[in-house]
Amino acid sequence: MHELGITQSIVEIALRTAEGQQAKKIHSVTLEVGSLAGVVAEALQFCYEACSKESLLEGSRLIIEEVQAQARCRDCAVEYPLTDMLDCCPACGSASGDLFCGEELRIKEMEID
Amino acid sequence: MCIDCGCAAPDHHHEETPRKTVRIEEDILAKNNRLAAGNRALFARQGIFSLNLVSSPGSGKTSLLEKTLADLKNEINFAVLEGDQQTANDAERIATTGVPVHQINTGAGCHLDAHMVGHGLEHFDLDSLQILMIENVGNLVCPASFDLGEDFKVSLLSVTEGEDKPLKYPQMFRASEIMLINKVDLLPYVQFDLAKCREYAERVHPGIKIFEISCYRGEGLDAWYSWLKEQAERKACRNKE
Repeated sequence: MHELGITQSIVEIALRTAEGQQAKKIHSVTLEVGSLAGVVAEALQFCYEACSKESLLEGSRLIIEEVQAQARCRDCAVEYPLTDMLDCCPACGSASGDLFCGEELRIKEMEID
Repeated sequence: MCIDCGCAAPDHHHEETPRKTVRIEEDILAKNNRLAAGNRALFARQGIFSLNLVSSPGSGKTSLLEKTLADLKNEINFAVLEGDQQTANDAERIATTGVPVHQINTGAGCHLDAHMVGHGLEHFDLDSLQILMIENVGNLVCPASFDLGEDFKVSLLSVTEGEDKPLKYPQMFRASEIMLINKVDLLPYVQFDLAKCREYAERVHPGIKIFEISCYRGEGLDAWYSWLKEQAERKACRNKE
């Protein structure tokens, strides 16, 4: 359940940004989460609800945009989507692909009044 | 129907809400990564070689430390940070070796983070320290995401656990430069395919360095010790340059 620690960081960054913007209300917070980032969206939602209680974030929506993991084959340079870390290159069958996206864990934006 | 309030009146206006979108584009783990970079810079300045030991509970992290410290403490100055959710049991085990140790209890937390390690360091004399061993909370999932500032993550896997652990927890084995296969003295009694285990680890992390050891009987520990000494020397030298 490292989602709890991650959510606490989200709340910290969101509240800091809201304060800087002198926000009166926060409608939503949008994340970009890589499909291989090792976090579970449902667990983030659960923790978010708990962590945002009694703050400006209470009642706001957490929007999670998944970023599809992609790798580049070291042997034939083809780029391909991955569903897990062990997927082989669909073109040449090589198992040595370098992941170049899909591990993101980023706050993208928030919507405020 | 009005899309704002859902009422049936077709022709009415709502006050324009001054809703605005603020771009943030900040890494959620940025704070941890910043603190980890601070720890890493401190280790570099002091020439301290540091390892982050990760495994499931019961793979033998504390036993590995006890054995390593007992055998090398006269040659190398060690310190140990012990991470567990509760109790100081592991720190007490390490303390019997005479090596400085500090226990970090994470409470509900499932991993150590760079902030905890930064404060843990306050308990040691860094000027004389050569190798810092950080024993993470027994967990093959969460500690993978949290950089502590260490030189390397070391995954420990014991032969009683099944050879497919690297496939089941690829994130952790991908993040680890080193894998130790522990309890090899039990190989005759368990169904564990050593060759397959090595192959799986190599698939998840091409080039991962593997040691086969038994903390109980001592097999393979010499190679592990030589590697440790070499790494510590290299780090100390880089500091002097």
